[in-house]
Amino acid sequence: MIDFALRTLPFLWDGLLVTLHVSAVVLVASLALGVAAGVGFAYGPLWVRLPLRLCSDVLRGTPLLVLIFCVYYLLPFAGLNLQPFPAAVIALSAFKSAHVAEIARGAISSIAPGQVDAGKAIGLTFAQRLAWVVFPQALRRFLPPWVNSVTDTVKGSSLVSLVGIVDLMLAAQQVIGRTYEPLPVYVLAALMYFAINYALSVASRRLEARFAYIRE
Amino acid sequence: MTEPLVRIRGLGKSFGPTRVLEGVDLDVGRGEAVVVIGPSGSGKTTLLRCINVLETYDEGSIRVDGTEVGYDGPPGPGRKPRREGELARIRADIGMVFQLFNLFPHLTALENVMLGLTKVRGMPKAEARARAEHWLARVGLSDRMSNLPGQLSGGQQQRVGIARAVAMEPKVLLLDEITSALDPELVGEVLSAVQQLARDGMTMVVVTHEMTFARDVGTRIVFMDAARVVAEGTPREILVEPRHERLRSFLARIEMKGH
Repeated sequence: MIDFALRTLPFLWDGLLVTLHVSAVVLVASLALGVAAGVGFAYGPLWVRLPLRLCSDVLRGTPLLVLIFCVYYLLPFAGLNLQPFPAAVIALSAFKSAHVAEIARGAISSIAPGQVDAGKAIGLTFAQRLAWVVFPQALRRFLPPWVNSVTDTVKGSSLVSLVGIVDLMLAAQQVIGRTYEPLPVYVLAALMYFAINYALSVASRRLEARFAYIRE
Repeated sequence: MTEPLVRIRGLGKSFGPTRVLEGVDLDVGRGEAVVVIGPSGSGKTTLLRCINVLETYDEGSIRVDGTEVGYDGPPGPGRKPRREGELARIRADIGMVFQLFNLFPHLTALENVMLGLTKVRGMPKAEARARAEHWLARVGLSDRMSNLPGQLSGGQQQRVGIARAVAMEPKVLLLDEITSALDPELVGEVLSAVQQLARDGMTMVVVTHEMTFARDVGTRIVFMDAARVVAEGTPREILVEPRHERLRSFLARIEMKGH
């Protein structure tokens, strides 16, 4: 059994790296886009909020797999022919951004309006108020649901195997195709997914403890 | 030309169908402490929040040290609301202390006072720290500087709020019912800090329900009712010899609550 695991591990390892690569790109992109959209939700005028609401609802209401297929198989009809990797990353990032935007909106809206007044009263600009007053306080409410969504990203990234990207999921299936031993390979792959997400949860608990001192 | 430091003319504002300010005129000279009194909903807090443009105003003019605060020019068609950057510069010179303190809960007392000095005034950290320590000492909080707001009593928090505002060395200080959220035994420490500032010549516009405070600190008192300034005069004229009927009934109601 250990011998078998050692022989299959190099193949799964390459897949694991691809899974981590996809997840990392999606994580950074969705964090940047999502937080920007969250600020738009919380403070933007109606002409900003309305289209954001539409995008967010459509993205969150569509199954992730459908989104990936849309980008990969439908965009070519609009003249945009994407390779599997960018197509999958764009679809995942858009989907995740919508979720991050809702988390950010909730965290930002939970900050009392008096905090913004106080920031204005000492002459802070909008960007300064976000950086020094709103974000530091919103962070505590943002972190727990966001880490949840990051673990979802890692798991959801397994869907990229369906457009032919050899991530951990597809690597596992390829090994099974050669060895006809599904159970140990799937267990091994599952353990790898678990290891990533467990590390994330531990990191998040540390982070939350770090910011727990902030009182209301 | 000697224009008063704060000059308000024909100020008007509506929230939807409700008029909250109607033709308000008010002058505040340098070193004056003008106290605004009046029943709830009379528009006095809105008036105060218009001066540093936490609320926009629809009609009329507010000038602070000669600068129209909310718009790029005097009243008239085509004047535009000021942009964010201009507003930030104008607000930096107008201090405000809030009813609910509004301290930044993630920052210590010292950091609360330092934030505007470093980020808005661009002061080096050491200089900002020295100035913040000076003002916190002035309001009697030398031993509380590294506490977070959540670890301070209401009175202490409000004194940090005062230090945060005056450390910016504003041209005028706006005080919005700063003792209304305090336990009665904590009111005195906050008011004496303000009285000290008034003695030092700080120009102030004060909204308050504390009539003894209004009498002691106010160089002039303004009575507002139903969105308008109804009466204006010295503390004696307004509080001791009130002539206006609505002012008299307002004072009588306050009197009964206070005793």
